[in-house]
Amino acid sequence: MTQVVPDQVHPPLSWPAYRSNVLRAPGRKLVGLPPTLTENRGPTAAALLGDHGVGPLDHDLTRQHPGEPLGERIIVHGQVRDTDGRPVPHSLVEIWQANSAGRYPHHADRHPAPLDPNFTGVGRCLTDAQGRYRFISIKPGAYPWRNHDNAWRPAHIHFSLFGRAFTQRLITQMYFPGDPLFGQDPILNAVPEPARPALISQFDLSETVPEWALAYRFDIVLGKTPFEDQEA
Amino acid sequence: MATPSEMGTAAERPARAGLVMTPSQTIGPFFSHALPWPDGPHVVDADHPGAFWLRGQVFDGAGDPVPDALIESWQVGPAGRGFGRCPTDPQGRYAIRTALPDPVPGPRGGTQAPHLALSIFARGLLVRLVTRVYFPDHADANAADPVLALVDEPLRETLVATRTDDGYGFDIWLQGEHETVFFALA
Repeated sequence: MTQVVPDQVHPPLSWPAYRSNVLRAPGRKLVGLPPTLTENRGPTAAALLGDHGVGPLDHDLTRQHPGEPLGERIIVHGQVRDTDGRPVPHSLVEIWQANSAGRYPHHADRHPAPLDPNFTGVGRCLTDAQGRYRFISIKPGAYPWRNHDNAWRPAHIHFSLFGRAFTQRLITQMYFPGDPLFGQDPILNAVPEPARPALISQFDLSETVPEWALAYRFDIVLGKTPFEDQEA
Repeated sequence: MATPSEMGTAAERPARAGLVMTPSQTIGPFFSHALPWPDGPHVVDADHPGAFWLRGQVFDGAGDPVPDALIESWQVGPAGRGFGRCPTDPQGRYAIRTALPDPVPGPRGGTQAPHLALSIFARGLLVRLVTRVYFPDHADANAADPVLALVDEPLRETLVATRTDDGYGFDIWLQGEHETVFFALA
């Protein structure tokens, strides 16, 4: 695996090629905060979900409505680990995405592509004892935005992860292999080049279900698990 | 033994021999149908002893409200989930109902002043911003707090909430003259 120092993994605070960043990126240097007990703990899945828990169909975005959504059915799965390679078990994973036409059911999405009454594009699940997760969905479409002339976002699925500590909280995006839109996307390209492949899922024939759905694997690595939790 | 020049600069050296972290990406503009929960802003119940509302507005570098941010709070205790989540409204406002946390030890002993940890996500932000909320009625504890001591004195006030009718106010300025202090978790 490529060795990358942490400062070279995440995008920088300031990245003006992404136009919305210009007036929102802090101008001052961040203050280094060695994590204390506050930052080394985090909400458990049980605390986050309360009595509701995760519903039996929350991980299957194709079965949340009376009919089946249009588009290419996919399986998205992977393992969540920390930088020491330890699985992150029983941890909440949230996803959201556009439909197969590249449209979100969101009031601010003006892309003239059809909504799908059978697809909301929102899912969640808990990782298992080995940190594994699995979703069933529809391959999202690319969509235009106004960042620059003829700008299109590559197809992507948003991921939100909690890990076990506040320090491990992560929101990111998963992309699909070989997308021709990678080269002009300032959001993906804000990630230093050596770390970009980590955001691109891999086609997975072994998990592809014959006559039913293609599978993509997206493994996720969160920051270090705080020492006090390692034996827990 | 390697000389300093043979060891390379910090920028060239891998920090550790483990796995590479998955890079952060923006939350984007289209999350408000996906992430908020109906009771997300309720860290504690309304009848919890000492329950209060933390309310604030998020502003960009031009002084305009940020209507598509997600604010998350985290604290250790009291009983309850310790976690709050609230999207900003069209005026950039958020509100979280909570109570003061349990006392938390400092990095070198002692006790930290009462504080909440906040995460700020928004369209345009490629990484999460992290800050802390302190409370104005704990001035002595704030003066002795080891984390506030890391912040240049004139900027500390950006981390101290103001008293309001039903709790505390804490505006977040992403950029500019009033910019809030943000932390890098080292």
